[in-house]
Amino acid sequence: MKLKPEDLKKISEKMEASTNLRSGAGRAKITVHMGTCGIATGARDIMKAFLDELEASGKKDILFTTTGCAGLCSHEPMATIEIKGESPVKYVHLTKDKVKEIFEQHVIKGNIVEKSALGRGSERVG
Amino acid sequence: MQEYRMHLMLCAGTGCVSNRAFDIEKAFNRELEKHNLQNEIKVIDTGCQGFCERGPIMIVQPGDIFYEMLDEKDIPYLVEEHFLKGRPVEKHMYVPKDGEVPIPKLSDIGFFKKQKLIALANRGLINPENIDEYIGREGYTALAKVLTEMTPEEVIKEVKDSGLRGRGGGGFSTGMKWGFAHNSPGDEKYIICNADEGDPGAFMDRSIVESDPHVILEGMAIGAFAIGASHGFIYVRDEYPLAVERINKAIKDAREYGLLGDDIFGTGFEFDVSVNRGAGAFVCGEETSLIASLEGNMPEPRVRPPYPAVAGYKGKPTNINNVETWANIRHIINRGAAWYSSIGTETSKGTKVFSLVGKVNNTGLVEVPMGISVRDIIFDIGGGVMNGKKFKAVQTGGPSGGCIPESLLDTPVGYDTFAAIGSIVGSGGMIVMDEDNCMVEVARYFLAFTQAESCGKCTPCREGTRHMLDILTRITEGKGKEEDIDILLEMSELIGATSLCALGATAPNPVLTTIKYFRDEYEAHIKEGKCPAKECKALIQYTILPDKCTGCTLCARDCPVNAIAGERKGIHIIDPEVCVKCGICKAVCNFDAVRIES
Repeated sequence: MKLKPEDLKKISEKMEASTNLRSGAGRAKITVHMGTCGIATGARDIMKAFLDELEASGKKDILFTTTGCAGLCSHEPMATIEIKGESPVKYVHLTKDKVKEIFEQHVIKGNIVEKSALGRGSERVG
Repeated sequence: MQEYRMHLMLCAGTGCVSNRAFDIEKAFNRELEKHNLQNEIKVIDTGCQGFCERGPIMIVQPGDIFYEMLDEKDIPYLVEEHFLKGRPVEKHMYVPKDGEVPIPKLSDIGFFKKQKLIALANRGLINPENIDEYIGREGYTALAKVLTEMTPEEVIKEVKDSGLRGRGGGGFSTGMKWGFAHNSPGDEKYIICNADEGDPGAFMDRSIVESDPHVILEGMAIGAFAIGASHGFIYVRDEYPLAVERINKAIKDAREYGLLGDDIFGTGFEFDVSVNRGAGAFVCGEETSLIASLEGNMPEPRVRPPYPAVAGYKGKPTNINNVETWANIRHIINRGAAWYSSIGTETSKGTKVFSLVGKVNNTGLVEVPMGISVRDIIFDIGGGVMNGKKFKAVQTGGPSGGCIPESLLDTPVGYDTFAAIGSIVGSGGMIVMDEDNCMVEVARYFLAFTQAESCGKCTPCREGTRHMLDILTRITEGKGKEEDIDILLEMSELIGATSLCALGATAPNPVLTTIKYFRDEYEAHIKEGKCPAKECKALIQYTILPDKCTGCTLCARDCPVNAIAGERKGIHIIDPEVCVKCGICKAVCNFDAVRIES
């Protein structure tokens, strides 16, 4: 295939997910809490559900990552959704159905799913 | 395209590969599959990430988690803890020399924090063998811009205004050089990338070609457009097999995308590149020698003018730039001359890549803005001198450069600032020396190198360096004469003034600067028969301190020439007549009982 100048942009868009993942850029960030408690209550399935949603959506500007225990083990599995420029929101007692709703409503459209949310913001550090 | 939640950016530069990075990659893939993570986490081979001292290294993205000194046997634990359970493993994180808390994030590590990446912008972020990843980071957009929106004159003006100067050592304005080749009459012109990096301890160009080969091709294509060339050569040392492999793969991929060949981007512009492997003669780094070698002739420099811009390869106008120079071009085009010239000092713009080696804690490849002090490079980025020893000097510019003593450590990096103190920026070698390095021996070492690499064409270089080497060798053997320093200075001046090319003209630099800043060491050798650094074998003796020796017999057993006598639990003695001064006794002694005296 011989490229035209405009093809560079197409390839670049195709690579955007990789590029963003490595440079930490992105419009939204999904973090699944995967400490022992999270994993024990099914965080792996929650993670897979988010990855499936992400892949199906074809969105390239969403970062997905995992982290450890958020400290509220009784409410696992948990995830944190952070839209760029807004404070992060923690979701608790996740199920695959909730993941679908959170992804569609919050990650894509920016509407917080109040009924599954624990609260906004981060813990105070220091 | 499949989405992964994590990319493991594993360094596959030559340094890490020789530390078994590929075995580690296999172990990762094996363990990821074992935990059924292969569809979530992907291992990416990158080029050199710069921190060679701590290799094999890997950066986990997202998260910027930096792992160092990986070992195959630790991989199962690492995969289970970090990638399955989400708990980064401290054991493999970087621990700074003066701290006890591991630093997980790359961006928090001093070695990386003070660097500014332009030429190395893609290091560790892309797989060098994947052209799409290069394009994903604005790759080839500068070439597209040049071919569709700019005239050759505009390109030359942009490069000239950026203030970029030749990164191979000459420091000549790149834009002006392009202008000369552009203005030379003729419709057959050539572009050459000089990747014949030959300074001892230097690996800047090697690393750029290995980690980001397309940046060279894009730069060359832009240069070809500017001067009106349709063919380019990459002259690369055959000792760089990985660089050769990756540049060839890059050329093949670029041709498939129509980024090399006829009618690039459908604009009618034609340009292709071929790779020429050099046999490793140092003199081939000199542009006229390189061209002679490329033509199939003996690599001997010739008189300039005419400069290659007028009569180069096959007598046609030719433009030669070094790898690092080419790597800057696309950024200058994309971000503009004003941006580039805002970095650096009045006369030295942009950044410079250095290979930081020798007795420094953080050996590796660093890119810093011009104007940063030598002290910052060695102490902040390099982490200071190894084993708590005292800093003595740093040799910059390889065998053509000079040494910078401690009193001049605050000198800002720049072509003119270095020249003012008798050294050069050169291609970017930076060899750190500590109190145990004898400066006469340092001068002798570099002169032995240039003497062996002299092509033999000019008598002053061929014969003169030989005589200087004889004198230096004599001094290190304790047979120096009173007049030796004056003879060395006189010959340095003569060789510098009468050699045709830079190899001879700069060969005396290490001698001149060591005499200038460490004359007392020369005098100690000549007048007192002493080597203050206790390095010159002919001038030192190994002895055992009776009050420290416990009679453990370890040194006696390890001595390769049986020079040490002594009973178990009795004091040991070294026979100076038999001792070959190999230093093994000192290295094995657990009680610090072996001393070197001069």
